[in-house]
Amino acid sequence: MSLETLPLIVRDWIVALFPDVLQWLVHHLLSIAVILTVFGLFFAFTTIAERKLLGRLQNRLGPNRAGLPKLSILPFHLKHKLWGLSQPFADAVKALTKEDVVPDAADKVLHFLAPVVIVAFSLLGFAVLPFGRHLIPVELDAGLLYFFAAGTATELAIFMAGWGSRNKYSLLAAMRALAQLISYELPLILSVVPVVLVVGTLSLPDIAVAQSGWTFGVLPHWHVFTPWGFAGFLIFLVAALAESNRSPFDLPEAESELIAGHLTEYSGFKYALFFMAEYFGLTALSGLGVTIFLGGWQAPFAFLEFIPSYLWFMMKLAGMIVFFIWIRGTLLRLRIDQLTRLSWQFLVPLALLNLANAAFWALTAGWSGPLVFVRWAVSAAIVVVPFLILGRRLSGDRAPRTYRYAS
Amino acid sequence: MGAAAGPLVRAVHDEFHGDLLEVSMGPQHPSTHGVFRMVVTLDGERIVKLKPVFGYLHRNHEKIAEGTSYLGSMPYTDRLDYLCSMSNNWAYALAVEKLAGQPVPDRAQYLRVIMAELTRLVNHMCLVGFLFNDLGTSFTPLLYAFREREKILDLFESLSGSRMMCNYQRFGGCRVDPTPEWLAAASALVNNFPRFLDEYETMLTGNEIMLARTQGIGRLNAQQAINAGITGPGLRASGVDYDIRKVDGYGFYPRFDFRVPLGAHGDTYDRYMMRVLEMRESVKILQQAFRDLPAGPIMDPKAKLRGFRPKIGEAYGRLEGPKGELGFHLISDGSPNPYRYRVRPPSLINLTLLEEMSLGHTIADAVVILGSIDIVLGEVDR
Repeated sequence: MSLETLPLIVRDWIVALFPDVLQWLVHHLLSIAVILTVFGLFFAFTTIAERKLLGRLQNRLGPNRAGLPKLSILPFHLKHKLWGLSQPFADAVKALTKEDVVPDAADKVLHFLAPVVIVAFSLLGFAVLPFGRHLIPVELDAGLLYFFAAGTATELAIFMAGWGSRNKYSLLAAMRALAQLISYELPLILSVVPVVLVVGTLSLPDIAVAQSGWTFGVLPHWHVFTPWGFAGFLIFLVAALAESNRSPFDLPEAESELIAGHLTEYSGFKYALFFMAEYFGLTALSGLGVTIFLGGWQAPFAFLEFIPSYLWFMMKLAGMIVFFIWIRGTLLRLRIDQLTRLSWQFLVPLALLNLANAAFWALTAGWSGPLVFVRWAVSAAIVVVPFLILGRRLSGDRAPRTYRYAS
Repeated sequence: MGAAAGPLVRAVHDEFHGDLLEVSMGPQHPSTHGVFRMVVTLDGERIVKLKPVFGYLHRNHEKIAEGTSYLGSMPYTDRLDYLCSMSNNWAYALAVEKLAGQPVPDRAQYLRVIMAELTRLVNHMCLVGFLFNDLGTSFTPLLYAFREREKILDLFESLSGSRMMCNYQRFGGCRVDPTPEWLAAASALVNNFPRFLDEYETMLTGNEIMLARTQGIGRLNAQQAINAGITGPGLRASGVDYDIRKVDGYGFYPRFDFRVPLGAHGDTYDRYMMRVLEMRESVKILQQAFRDLPAGPIMDPKAKLRGFRPKIGEAYGRLEGPKGELGFHLISDGSPNPYRYRVRPPSLINLTLLEEMSLGHTIADAVVILGSIDIVLGEVDR
């Protein structure tokens, strides 16, 4: 009875309470319930973490007022504000109680369906992520393929929202969203393919297992610590930012240009659902990145293995989310043509070259001795040289200028 | 626009370009800097027509001023460009002093320069912050800019009693004499300011996305700018050496040693850089002013506050406000209130070329161009 297997023991105990005929159903329903609760709470605390972190980045405090309400049924009243940790629940209550406005001209069906569809599809991705050594909701052989297929459907929902709102801003945002998501689907998938090539499987738990082991007990064999894996991880990060519509690629909801983009005509709980779906999508993509590049549920050092695997997964996931928040607090937004140019002229060629790089890596797996250094050097060169050349092409003749003064 | 402005390429609608979309951006759009409306005609994301619509904040400023005494209009000038009340006060005082032939003591002249340059810092901080907000940062640069702005506003408040509506200048001097402690605090703030600017510039000026979003966007050549009567940093970004502090030499500006930065391209990036470089020059002016501030009265002892009746005539007083040439044209008929009172608002006139700058760019660029022009609707609509 260790912490590692505790969730499984609890699950088996609950499943055993039911008759044999229903056991498979309960088994799956449990997985669904766990994903919904865990990631629902994760979403809630992601919002508060984002607001507080952005606040700290901007030398303010962020929300810190929402404590526990004064309830007469409680024998005591907690005066402490709990650092604003109950803010997301207050937000949820507010969103639920707000008026739900549907524009007169809107396509009622599409307008209603869009938030439902987007939440449903953004949740599908969680089904195949290995959250721990034995914690996989659905063991699919082609988990990776399924993940991308499910994620692609969210674009449909964004277009539904933009089109169904009958609002010019929403329409522009929907067009932008489609252009952006189609552009970045390709580098996102291409950045993952090298891993599939090297590991030789589409099954996510197997990819996580393939990254086990340590050199000298301290250097983990994660893909991010190889040249091609590092490049792939960076491409994945940029594409994931764009796929989840976050700054600097938050064009569909560019509040300085399009008010709120495809969310302009949404209010109350529908808006909250969109918000939720955005964070679910971000979390699922981060989980995929953790699984594929950051060793999944593996501990970084051998002596830290006593910490259960699902905690490692969650810690890495939180790290990715914090990184995304940090980016949001720092960078500016790109323009739509620059955004697509970045994808087609920079990320896609790099990702394709990276695929060749991974092929080279797989071919030279048998090299040993001094040849190992040659292998690393060649692999690194395949990443760095095109990056510099393409980067120079992309920035063109843009540089900070010097100015003259009137005499 | 006159024909001399050069051939302006106007997009032509043909049947191969599909439908045009007309979007009314404003007056409640989050990034129009107040209640301002742009009727934009879009072809996809490109702008083929843009019509600025303003007047939502019209407050009848000029007509009210004709009905009140000369001094009674001073608080109203605060509300013109509500970020730079000190400059507005000074511009109005300049016009009235010209009209009445009123001299100003030395200490007041120095104080006016100090206040005007602090105001310039405040305004440029705001502009840069809002510009980055339009560029899509989630408020981070804006809040850092506001942190510095707050310090200056605190100084204004301790001096004049109000953070933004200072109502500080009088005809023939200033209203309050700053204490030595105030001067020490202001001097310390100004000496620390370049450090903040360096930090800000390190983070933002060389940023790749910033360069991509602003360089070559909203170009304005010198000829167009001069023809449209654009003044201030927007004109100097196009490479025209025209700074009223140098041209007119009003106040005590000839005594100060400062340089006028000039741009070469006239695009949004140049307009942004003009502001940053001007802030550095303002810091220099302020340091000289704190060093040379003489003792003495802050009001001309002969100045009349009550029963102020300038002789019949007219005068136009102007100064280099943070946004451009701010002028007041006054006609006196010998009565206690002006017969005609006219403001030359830089924001309104700088706005006139918005369409020429935005044509052919995307809607996202139009927002950035508007942000770089630096308008305040209180001054546009008056």
